[in-house]
Amino acid sequence: MSDPTGATSQVQLRSVLATDCGSTTTKAILIEKVGDGYRQTWRGEAPTTVEAPFEDVTRGVVNAATEIQELSGRQLVTEDGGILTPEKSSEEGVDLYISTSSAGGGLQVVAGGVVRSMSAESATRAALGAGAIVMDTFATNDKRRPHEQIERIRQLRPDMILMSGGTDGGTRKHVVALAERIRAARPRTRLGGGFNLPVIYAGNQDVRPDVEELLNEVCDLQVVDNVRPVLENENLGPARDKIHDLFMEHVMAQAPGYDKLMTWTDAPIMPTPGAVGLIMQTIARQREINILGVDIGGATTDVFSVFTEIFNRTVSANLGMSYSVSNVLAEAGLPSILRWVPFDIDEKMLRNRIGNKMIRPTTIPQTLEELKIEQAIAREALRLAFIQHKEFAVGLKGIQQERTIADAFRQSGDESLVQMMELDLLVGSGGVLSHAPRRVQSMRMMIDAFAPEGVTELAVDSIFMMPHLGVLSTVNEEAATQVFEKDCIIYLGTCVAPLGAVKQLGRPAVQVELTMPDGSVVNEILDAMDLRLYPASHDDAVQATLTPLQKHLDLGAGPGKVLNRTLRGGVVGIVIDTRGRPDIQIPSNPLQRVAMLDRWVKALGEYPDEEGS
Amino acid sequence: MAAIFTPGLKVTEHGMVHKDRRLPLEGEVTVQVGDTVTADQVVARTELPGKIYPVNLANKLGVDPGRLKEFLLKGEGDKVSNGETIARTNGILGFFKAEAEAIVTGTIESISTITGQVIFQADPIPVEVDAYINGKVVEVVPNEGCVVQSAATFVQGIFGLGGETKGVLAMGVATPTDRLEASAIDESMAGKIIVGGSYLDLGGLKRAIDVGAAGVVTGGFDYDEIKEVLGYEVGVAITGGEDLGLTLIVTEGFGSIQMAPATFELLRSKVGKRASINGATQIRAGVMRPEVVVTFDDEEVPDELVADPEPVGIGIGDQVRGIRAPYFGSLGKVAGLPVEPVVLGSGSKARVMEVEFENGEVAVLPRANVEAIER
Repeated sequence: MSDPTGATSQVQLRSVLATDCGSTTTKAILIEKVGDGYRQTWRGEAPTTVEAPFEDVTRGVVNAATEIQELSGRQLVTEDGGILTPEKSSEEGVDLYISTSSAGGGLQVVAGGVVRSMSAESATRAALGAGAIVMDTFATNDKRRPHEQIERIRQLRPDMILMSGGTDGGTRKHVVALAERIRAARPRTRLGGGFNLPVIYAGNQDVRPDVEELLNEVCDLQVVDNVRPVLENENLGPARDKIHDLFMEHVMAQAPGYDKLMTWTDAPIMPTPGAVGLIMQTIARQREINILGVDIGGATTDVFSVFTEIFNRTVSANLGMSYSVSNVLAEAGLPSILRWVPFDIDEKMLRNRIGNKMIRPTTIPQTLEELKIEQAIAREALRLAFIQHKEFAVGLKGIQQERTIADAFRQSGDESLVQMMELDLLVGSGGVLSHAPRRVQSMRMMIDAFAPEGVTELAVDSIFMMPHLGVLSTVNEEAATQVFEKDCIIYLGTCVAPLGAVKQLGRPAVQVELTMPDGSVVNEILDAMDLRLYPASHDDAVQATLTPLQKHLDLGAGPGKVLNRTLRGGVVGIVIDTRGRPDIQIPSNPLQRVAMLDRWVKALGEYPDEEGS
Repeated sequence: MAAIFTPGLKVTEHGMVHKDRRLPLEGEVTVQVGDTVTADQVVARTELPGKIYPVNLANKLGVDPGRLKEFLLKGEGDKVSNGETIARTNGILGFFKAEAEAIVTGTIESISTITGQVIFQADPIPVEVDAYINGKVVEVVPNEGCVVQSAATFVQGIFGLGGETKGVLAMGVATPTDRLEASAIDESMAGKIIVGGSYLDLGGLKRAIDVGAAGVVTGGFDYDEIKEVLGYEVGVAITGGEDLGLTLIVTEGFGSIQMAPATFELLRSKVGKRASINGATQIRAGVMRPEVVVTFDDEEVPDELVADPEPVGIGIGDQVRGIRAPYFGSLGKVAGLPVEPVVLGSGSKARVMEVEFENGEVAVLPRANVEAIER
């Protein structure tokens, strides 16, 4: 193994092979030093081989690496079927091999604490931040009776339980009651194998002996520092690190082939979403920006945010584009989906089509009409996942963030850390965004779902490389950030949208003056309820003077105030959106709605003119 | 000949079916390898732990949790009966005594002197697993269960509701394009599995439940009517535990779609035979589809007929069906397998196949939107 600390590799690192072992596909990328910087040069993929008949994850890894080997001409795979490290020449081996994994459904955790909005929430945040799916969160005040909680813990088969509760020196009785319930449930592991379920205790340190007495016998108890040592502080790091350790020791060690894979990698294997969170935090810190990221998959949608250096992650477990597409319909309701569909459609037929996508999840839209429906559903899946994220990202967040006692008891609601006017960069990934036939479709979906305010840059992750770069950032941050900027994300452009309701159609909303790099000047007035695209590349610095023409509209400089700033384009360009914020206004009358959607579609050139066959 | 592999739903007249019969917890396996078993025969049994009932006895008695044990008449591990007095305080001068009773028949699991909580565990719940199909035990997993094997006709559906059940197959329609109407379902179908055609509406399903049918197999069903039946929407296709009064198996999908003629004819050929069906569907890792199994109990079936054929993929001339709009449910034959990806009407680029449909129309479909009709 190479030096995992990066102490030497910061200087010497020449090449990296990184893999992400997903539930269905193992994706490999090769990163090489090209000139002064690092670039992602080749990629390969192969089916993941965790399940029968192979039951050995390394076969998929080797297959994906072999594809890169064949394309690049660099030997990566040894004769006995391992990864060749370190690099011997530019045609043989790599300095570093790293990997992430979400195979087998990812890391599944049950969280618990005394008070739902305090220690239980801190435990949930620690688990989510570590990249876990939180199956359920228990608290003494979660409105379930004790026997109901015990039944539920019995039914769930998590990979581990994270139990918090009480500040240090605080309640003993409630923490013990929680431990008693876990003991009574005698929880079992998801993968079986005769192991006791790992339970991490990260609560009141004074109660450790009681918890040990209750749980040592029935669980593999691990004790770490309290996630909520005092009311006004969170300390999520130790619990999160322990989750990562146990993920390696228990979950990974029991998954087929991972014992071998762990000996190959030069840094610990990370849960895929945990690695995505890391790269986002790294970029936010280095560029001093606020970031929002989303990964929409077939079954789940992950949302990540870093606002004022505070990281949050949520997983919407049943909002996705195939396996759980019907749940998007159930949660959003048909009218919410229909408001994005730019044509009339029979409601029963639409429900059946969505149901059929659920039961045949691998199908793809063949016609333009099918594509438009799918993208309408995606808007709602993203919107709902984002609402859940905003609701979660409130109050006390992140590691050791301090606030006063008065703040701790303040009602939540309007105190989400996610403030769209402060957002600098919105990054999307997942099939429906990364592989939309036209990039402008991805930009529209993200604008409609997230409703960014003021000036916001938008991008997509080209080939879902963020997990690889996240784990790379733990070893060599410079390489990770260089590849992120140059090869990972594709800048779509910038959205400019004034905050404030715009009810009157046809009334002037914003005066736009853009000085393009070639010196030409665009000077236009946009009415309310308009969308307009100004092509410009990411390398172009467009000088903008944006004037709200309605007193209450705010572009970021304050209500009614002129905003002067430089805007960057992208593969799509600069989009000015005067459809109203925080909620985009769409006519409820079906005829008006279809006409309006059609106008917006045409303004951005989203779809080819002719309908598909 | 060019061929691709797109797994489809199995519709097999002669197949070798293996059914894994496992207990939810370790227990006793009552059969041995080589035993011949019937579908209703119990092959394994165990006891699930009883429900847990925590009661804060210290609060109830009005005593300090640390002194709780002084007043208990029973200890940890002791058996108790529902209503039995298990704790009594001394009271004041013999008066004002407080008592507490067991709230369940079972065992005292634990007593906490910190919280004052006493945890009762109800008596265990016996669980039995039957063979589900007639056949032979070919493997026993000690303490867990067994594998039953049988030559059988096997039909997979695409989506189902409800779990395992058994019944005699009965026809509810004459052709695979017919809709199964409520008027075609009568009391003589009690305990039977009714085979429908292209569509079953809510009225038909309710009628089948009312007459006590064991199950219904249909080509199509409306997605929004699931909510009418269950009272909630199925947002993620993980089913099998629903209690709607029968087991429903949909062979083609949501909407009105004719049942594939091969499926329909095969089921019709088994009318009067007893079938085992299961609506359990799971469309994520470890895919599970609903099924109809009819074993060959008294018939001799030559071995070569029941050998599961190797999947050979889809080649020119093979039967396929479209599984997404605008060709959803359409049946046809593969007419061509172009190698190069093609730009679709949606603007996406994908690998495609040419399909000649039964009406003579030839169309280009993404390979992802076509399913082989496996036989």
